[in-house]
Amino acid sequence: MNDTHEQSGPDFLQQHVGVLKSRMGAFYPGSHVVFRGHDLHVDLKDMSWPELYLFGITGRRFSPEQLTLINAIWVYTSYPDVRLWNNRVAALAGSSRSTGNLGVAAALAVSEATIYGRGIDLRAITFLINTLEKTTAGESLETAVRDELDEHRSIAGYGRPLINGDERNQHILALAKSLGLDHGPHLTLAFAVETFLFAGRWRMKMNYGGIAAALCADIGLSPQEHYQAMFPAFLAGMQPCFIEAAEKTEGTLYPLSCADICYEGVTYRSWHGAHPKAPSDMPTDSTPATPIDLP
Amino acid sequence: MSDNENTNAVRSKMWREEPEPDNPFATRAAYIRGYDVYGEMLGNARWVDMLYMLFHSEAPTPAQADTLEALAIALANPGPRDASVHAAMCGGVCGSTAASSLMAALAVGAGQLAGGREVFLAMENWQACGTDLEAWQQRLMDPGTTPGSVWPAPEHPPGFDPHGVRTTTVVKQTLACLARYAAGTYLPWLNENLDAFEATAKAPLTLSGVAAIALADLGFSPEQGEMMHLLLRLPGAAAHALEQHPLGYKKFPFGIVELEGPELKGQS
Repeated sequence: MNDTHEQSGPDFLQQHVGVLKSRMGAFYPGSHVVFRGHDLHVDLKDMSWPELYLFGITGRRFSPEQLTLINAIWVYTSYPDVRLWNNRVAALAGSSRSTGNLGVAAALAVSEATIYGRGIDLRAITFLINTLEKTTAGESLETAVRDELDEHRSIAGYGRPLINGDERNQHILALAKSLGLDHGPHLTLAFAVETFLFAGRWRMKMNYGGIAAALCADIGLSPQEHYQAMFPAFLAGMQPCFIEAAEKTEGTLYPLSCADICYEGVTYRSWHGAHPKAPSDMPTDSTPATPIDLP
Repeated sequence: MSDNENTNAVRSKMWREEPEPDNPFATRAAYIRGYDVYGEMLGNARWVDMLYMLFHSEAPTPAQADTLEALAIALANPGPRDASVHAAMCGGVCGSTAASSLMAALAVGAGQLAGGREVFLAMENWQACGTDLEAWQQRLMDPGTTPGSVWPAPEHPPGFDPHGVRTTTVVKQTLACLARYAAGTYLPWLNENLDAFEATAKAPLTLSGVAAIALADLGFSPEQGEMMHLLLRLPGAAAHALEQHPLGYKKFPFGIVELEGPELKGQS
């Protein structure tokens, strides 16, 4: 049934039983660890964690200036504000007396959102890289932006869920300037897109996801590398949210009363007799439900 | 204060609660789509009635409830060979928390190989092509990709087995069983046209492919179907994770790593 080629089928699966081929690494118990072809405890022992993290993703080394910039991209967006939806997950775990690891892991998972976080990172850097290629080849910026709007109805990296404008941008831009990393073509393009969008009917300004994507593209990260590199971006703001909620009285974070459920559905109806499977002689000792009148 | 002025309110078309007279935070009665859950449904309704109504505005017909229940049985345990269950067992075998084992199963079982995203994509295909084999042929030839998506580009037609040789017996049994309930049009049609359908993909149908069809027949949207598939496969992951815990890691596969390329490059 399946097309016969060497990358699929039961024989191909059989070749992989019990043996894991890897170019990334392995540990040899009691001896050493290979990390992308290097001895972790000898060759890489002096790396900072961000440096090792990026080396693990890309297999490449970065300059101290580039590492400072990426580290700052994480630092500048670590907000210990419990209202933010991903942070709130960590905090609700604390308030509900779950574990810190579960709460923060779930908070990181939900950071892969459509309107912020990893979903935006990937789209933003993909848009900038593709648009730079198109405009370099002669296509107008307007056409490239309109094509993106046609496909996604928005431009990732522009606009913001709560407010148009971003307090982080001036700080990361100042740092990039001080490090000599503010002259890349993707950053120049990102500002040109902002000018176009803000002048047009969209009235959108570049957000932090947009500027981070531009800076990382200029450092040489691919979309997938940028996506992986941004994973810890919100992390440092999450633990404070968990800790504070865990220190307070249990269940006091976002308590909702029954009246706080704003019901917009159908009014009360009886299950008995209304459903073909409901036995008609089944006794019920429930208090009669209160019908609700909706406008 | 009206509901519109209450900035703390959570809006819902499915769920309403009434408080106990002495505590606004304690529930006296809860209603799903207008039905009294604890006062009337409990003891009278099936689990699948409740499950169905969480996603639909009306209660299921008997055929729909039977189909959903049969599907839930078919999906309940993907078995320890399945990657999502393997992930859950990685949690269980070393004593990780219960929730982490299920989170592991969800993360792995979310993917495009036998996972939730595969069901989502397959259901989108059913929405677009229905029972039109020519439309299927066109769509599978040019599935399209979304630049910048967090999901990787599909590597096989969703709902079909890239490593399969022929349709497995359990897939045929599940399809035949679900088709008998005739809850929709797709399952009976596919049961009659399986060979022609599989020829369009040049690969055999999978259980997740059958699940996608059943969920489409039950009126679930692709987004709802993705969620249902994630939910319905968790019981097996939970049980297998717990089963491995007392056995320990020494009785759990570990494998041998063969490094590709030079083992050590040295400091560069």
